[in-house]
Amino acid sequence: MVGIVLVSHSRALAEGTAEVARAMGVGKAVVEPAGGDPDGGLGTSPELVGRAIEAAGDGDGVVLLADLGSSVLTAKLALEDAADVPGGLVLADAPLVEGAIAAASMAAAGAGLEGVLAAAESARDHRKT
Amino acid sequence: MTGTADGADLAAWIRLAAERAAADAGRLTSLDAAIGDGDHGLNLDRGLAAAVAALPDGAPPGKVLTAAGRAVVSKTGGASGPLYGTALRRAGKAFGDADPIDAAALGAGLRAALDGVRELGQAAGGDKTMVDALIPAVASYDAALAAGTGLAGCARAAADGAAQGADATVPMQARKGRASYLGERSIGHMDPGAASTALILRALADTLTERD
Repeated sequence: MVGIVLVSHSRALAEGTAEVARAMGVGKAVVEPAGGDPDGGLGTSPELVGRAIEAAGDGDGVVLLADLGSSVLTAKLALEDAADVPGGLVLADAPLVEGAIAAASMAAAGAGLEGVLAAAESARDHRKT
Repeated sequence: MTGTADGADLAAWIRLAAERAAADAGRLTSLDAAIGDGDHGLNLDRGLAAAVAALPDGAPPGKVLTAAGRAVVSKTGGASGPLYGTALRRAGKAFGDADPIDAAALGAGLRAALDGVRELGQAAGGDKTMVDALIPAVASYDAALAAGTGLAGCARAAADGAAQGADATVPMQARKGRASYLGERSIGHMDPGAASTALILRALADTLTERD
């Protein structure tokens, strides 16, 4: 199954978003949070992102979602080593919460990397008003 | 003399930049507090301290900068980590195995750093970011090089260009980063990333000047 990694400035935000996304992925989707710095403070950590990518991957590829700023930059740096991730590693151009839920739903339905990425990115257009 | 720099010179630069970032952390953080999230001084101090700790002994210039860049990426914590880390690693890659490097090679490294930062951050000139310090730094360096200026003189030109570029960010409205959410309220403040770029390049110029 395609894995999902959530890169955020906050451990709580990443974990909470992962919790919601896993529920939307009917308990099957693999969603790994990578939020905050290694000490639990606000920030982004390439080390935590790297570990989450390893944990989320089972050979079918991994989709990254990031909140903003340094999370996006850290996710982009992780892409430099994408060749080392079995099945591929991509960054979704999507809002974190909506994208994570869309990606988890699609991953749980058995879609491939391209399908999960497209689902995440389609979440950009979900209007609320 | 036209001058060259070896790995020890570049290590001395990183040490001086770290010292000055530590001394100036308060100013950088207060610039960032005005339009950003108020952590730039602290982050840069932490990232460059990690770079100093990672400096390899007796390595060629390219290896010194790639090691420093890796440490900056992993330890800084904010957006400046991936950006400065990429700048240092790209410059290091541009040097290849050259040892020592001459003024043309340092200029190529500086341009590679600018290209790396632009690519990663997707910022253009005028967006009120560190790119606004790097673009005039590269242009001034290249102009000095073309005029036959030696290594230290080119580095001083780059530092002057970066300082002017940082000053020029004051009236700009931010289009990238946290400051961009402030719209017109970002006008009237110097961009902290441009300010720290000027600090880091001044440290390079002073290192090469004092050595000669």
